[in-house]
Amino acid sequence: MKSGVVVFPGSNRERDMLIALEKITGKKPAYIWHADTELPDLDLVVLCGGFSYGDYLRTGAIAARGHIMPAIARAAGKGVRVLGICNGFQILCEAGLLPGVLMRNAGLKFVCKEVKLQVANADTDFTRKYRPGEIWRCPVAHGDGNYFADTETLKRLEGEGRVGLRYAEGTNPNGSLNDIAGILNERGNVFGMMPHPENMIEPLNGATDGRALFESIMEAVA
Amino acid sequence: MKARIKVTLKNGVLDPQGKAIEGALGSLGFSGVASVRQGKLFEVELMETDPAKAKAALEEMSKKLLANTVIENYAVELDEK
Repeated sequence: MKSGVVVFPGSNRERDMLIALEKITGKKPAYIWHADTELPDLDLVVLCGGFSYGDYLRTGAIAARGHIMPAIARAAGKGVRVLGICNGFQILCEAGLLPGVLMRNAGLKFVCKEVKLQVANADTDFTRKYRPGEIWRCPVAHGDGNYFADTETLKRLEGEGRVGLRYAEGTNPNGSLNDIAGILNERGNVFGMMPHPENMIEPLNGATDGRALFESIMEAVA
Repeated sequence: MKARIKVTLKNGVLDPQGKAIEGALGSLGFSGVASVRQGKLFEVELMETDPAKAKAALEEMSKKLLANTVIENYAVELDEK
C-alpha cells in the first residue's frame, strides 16, 4: 500500500504515523507538505494529529483551507482512502469532507488517556479486520473531540452505517453525541476518528489493537 | 471601511465554555444570570469603499472561514462612514 502523511504547521503526530505506516505496510510513506498542491500517486492519504495553526479560529479551520486540500478533495472524489486522526478528523470536518464538527470537550479539559473503542460497523474499509462489536484499547489526546452534528445528519450517519467506531460504554471522554469516535463519508473512503491507533501498534505501546485498522485499509486497497 | 462580524453559537448547540463562565459569575456573587453563551467578534478593515460590495465580501468571508455554519450563525455590521 502506498501511503502518505500530510503535515501542516503545528502538526505533531506525523512522526508516529510515518513510523506506524512503515512498520505495518513495509513501505516508506510519503511526507506531504501542506504548501504542495499535488499529491503523489497514493492508496491512502493520512491527516495526522497535532495543533495545526495553533488551533486558531477553530480546530482544523485554517488547515482545512490550505493549499494541499483541493488535491485531497480530488483524491477523495476518485476513491482514494483518506484517514484523519485527531486534528486530521477536525480538518476533514472543517473541509466538508466529513459531516459535523468537533467541539470543545464537554468537560472542558484536555483528555490524554486510554479509552475503549467499540466497532460499530465492521463492514468498512477501515474496520474490516475487527470483529463486529469488538472492543479494543486505544489512546486519545485532545481538547476538542466532542462530535456534534444536527439531528438529521446524525440520523443519516446511523441509518447508513457510517458510524465506524464508538467509545465503548462508559468511556466517552468528550461528550460526543451517540458516543461517536469515528465516522465515514457517504462513499465510505474517507474516515475520521479522534483516537490514535498509530500509538497502539507494537508491544511497547502496551497493546497492538490499532494495527487492525491499518491492516483493514491494506486489505481494502489490495 | 470598517466592519464587525459577530459569530454566535446556534440555538441548541451545547456551549460548555459559556456554562463554565455562567458558573464562575455565580460564584463571584452575580446572582440572576440565567445563561451565558460565548461567541466571537471580528473587527475587519477593508480597502473597499462601496458598501454593497464590502457587505458581499464580508458575507463570503463569514461563510467560507469565519463561521462554521454547522454550529454557528454570523451577523455582518458595516460602519458606513
